[in-house]
Amino acid sequence: MNPPAAPLNEKESAATVADTPFAPLVQTNAAIGEPRLVRWLLIGITLVFLGVFLLLPLVAVFTQALASGVGAYFSAMIDPDALSSIRLTLLTAAIAVPLNTVFGVAAAWAITKFTFRGKGFLITLIDLPFSVSPVIAGLVFILIFGSRGWLGPWASEHGLKIIFAAPGIILATVFVTFPFVARELIPLMQAQGTDEEHAALTLGARGWSTFWHVTLPNIRWGLLYGVLLCNARAMGEFGAVSVVSGHVRGQTNTMPLQVEILYNDYQFSAAFAVASLLALLAFVTLGLKSFLEWRHGSELAAVRGH
Amino acid sequence: MNINIRGISKRFGDFTALHGLDLDVASGELLALLGPSGSGKTTLLRAIAGLEPIDGGRILFGDTDATRLSVQERRVGFVFQHYALFKHMTVLDNVTFGLRMRPRAQRPRSAEIKRRGLKLLDLVQLGGLEGRYPTQLSGGQRQRVALARALAIEPRVLLLDEPFGALDAKVRKDLRRWLRQLHRDTGYTTIFVTHDQEEALELADRIVVMNRGRIEQIGSTDQVYDSPSTPFVFDFLGSPNVLPGEVRADGIYLLGATAPIEAPNGFQPGPVDVYARAADFRVVGEDAAAIEGQVVETQRTGVLVRLTVKLAANQQVVEIEIPHPDPEMKVWLPGDPIRLRPAHFSLYRDRPPQPANITEDRSADYAAPGSRVRGQ
Repeated sequence: MNPPAAPLNEKESAATVADTPFAPLVQTNAAIGEPRLVRWLLIGITLVFLGVFLLLPLVAVFTQALASGVGAYFSAMIDPDALSSIRLTLLTAAIAVPLNTVFGVAAAWAITKFTFRGKGFLITLIDLPFSVSPVIAGLVFILIFGSRGWLGPWASEHGLKIIFAAPGIILATVFVTFPFVARELIPLMQAQGTDEEHAALTLGARGWSTFWHVTLPNIRWGLLYGVLLCNARAMGEFGAVSVVSGHVRGQTNTMPLQVEILYNDYQFSAAFAVASLLALLAFVTLGLKSFLEWRHGSELAAVRGH
Repeated sequence: MNINIRGISKRFGDFTALHGLDLDVASGELLALLGPSGSGKTTLLRAIAGLEPIDGGRILFGDTDATRLSVQERRVGFVFQHYALFKHMTVLDNVTFGLRMRPRAQRPRSAEIKRRGLKLLDLVQLGGLEGRYPTQLSGGQRQRVALARALAIEPRVLLLDEPFGALDAKVRKDLRRWLRQLHRDTGYTTIFVTHDQEEALELADRIVVMNRGRIEQIGSTDQVYDSPSTPFVFDFLGSPNVLPGEVRADGIYLLGATAPIEAPNGFQPGPVDVYARAADFRVVGEDAAAIEGQVVETQRTGVLVRLTVKLAANQQVVEIEIPHPDPEMKVWLPGDPIRLRPAHFSLYRDRPPQPANITEDRSADYAAPGSRVRGQ
């Protein structure tokens, strides 16, 4: 706010503070004090966009799910096929997420704390699952473990069923959700540098203690965020899983696949019931993240503040 | 603990950071590694700590060969330029980290650990702040936490990397004095890295001046300041005026001086470079041997007057500083003729032409060792 014009502006701002909730933020900093029209336009666009593209679909899912009544909603849930798909989804996530967490931390550690040849190549490789279409990701595993694939005959000789079974689904999910944790951690750890680790070493801490007491606390929020994203994708992945699953009802269908099958069978409310469950899992994930941020807010600020 | 360094070398790809250095640090000494950025001083410090693997040479801590010891085994207190405090730990947890990381058999009981931590915080004058987080402290306080944390492990040697680099001038001055006092009280062998000559002169017992991965000079602060052994050292410890001179049988002739200035022994006749600081010039009368010039500009800086003088013989512009008020001195005005004589100066000879980027050893090319002389 320019000093000469201050009295006038202050009067104006006092009036606007009362009628718009965003006024204090805008008014206290003249540099971002846009005209009212622009402000409302921006806020309006954001709200409309959010409403149309996020809120509306979400509402649609729950309305459709409950369209045939609450009874039908719950009976759709306890349908054996639905239950089996829930189990498989949870199992897949329970294996894929920890695997990718360990891998992500290891990869981020290697990339940010050491210098070695081929580092750039490794970073590119980690990004590969993001750039490859999930369908291709699924097909890759068919090529490797399918009945005519490289390892398929060997696997079937040893009684291992990979493709069109849970192992294949888990492999495809691991592949697709591979980069989430590493991608979240690499920039964070690069920004943090190695000074704190070096300090810990000079103070006598061994490698594992250094990781546990120094590195992990510094990255835990980024790690948690990566794990949540990884989990959300692991539960929701459709394309790659669809290719390797074989769609055997009650056996190799994950929740997203179950939704599709039910929908194709014209069982709309059952399809949306399972879909609503997926949406709820997403809510739980987001809620968990918000809760942790709220609960450990001051620590979070302390770590980020430096 | 004595530290003896024998021929250590370090390369980063094509760049040689350390060219086989030797250095002896006496027990309880406060030593400064002084040099411009890229001179290898931080690399040397990190090599002593074991944070930088070396390509050759040996590092001895007393009778122990530390070269093969891991960072943890070396037990050095290292204070990082940006402190590297553990942000998620309280001040007390930071300070006691080293004690808590000891193997179970050697670890003091937790009450004892806490007691020692609090005692160290008192030592660094941070008593009462043990529950704070590093982000809640000022820069100077963080620095002292880092120091207390390093002292907690009872280090063999204390290593400080640009300890005051990130602080503002006032805090820096206070901390310097305080660190000097702390060193006197605790007696730890201490090596610190700095690019600030004033800091090195004020704090250290001895100074190691480094340049391009080599040691240019090791000496007490007086030796380094008064008798710089190379032009580089002279240059780094205060910007000198470099005057062309000539050594003849009866002394040094400087820029049209009609009479010689007393020369040090051992200099063969021939041209030399005469290095003299601004404060080393004296204004002399008509009868003495002197360089003639004309005052171009005058500036009063507290007790000193800084004169910019253009020399008559070669139109070179030199800066000199003379005390003010001076009984025999008149007020100088631009345009006044002036006669100068360097009272203290150093002579260097056979300065090689300097290419834009020098990769090879420069100091060894000087045929004659520099020598600092006192005129009269």
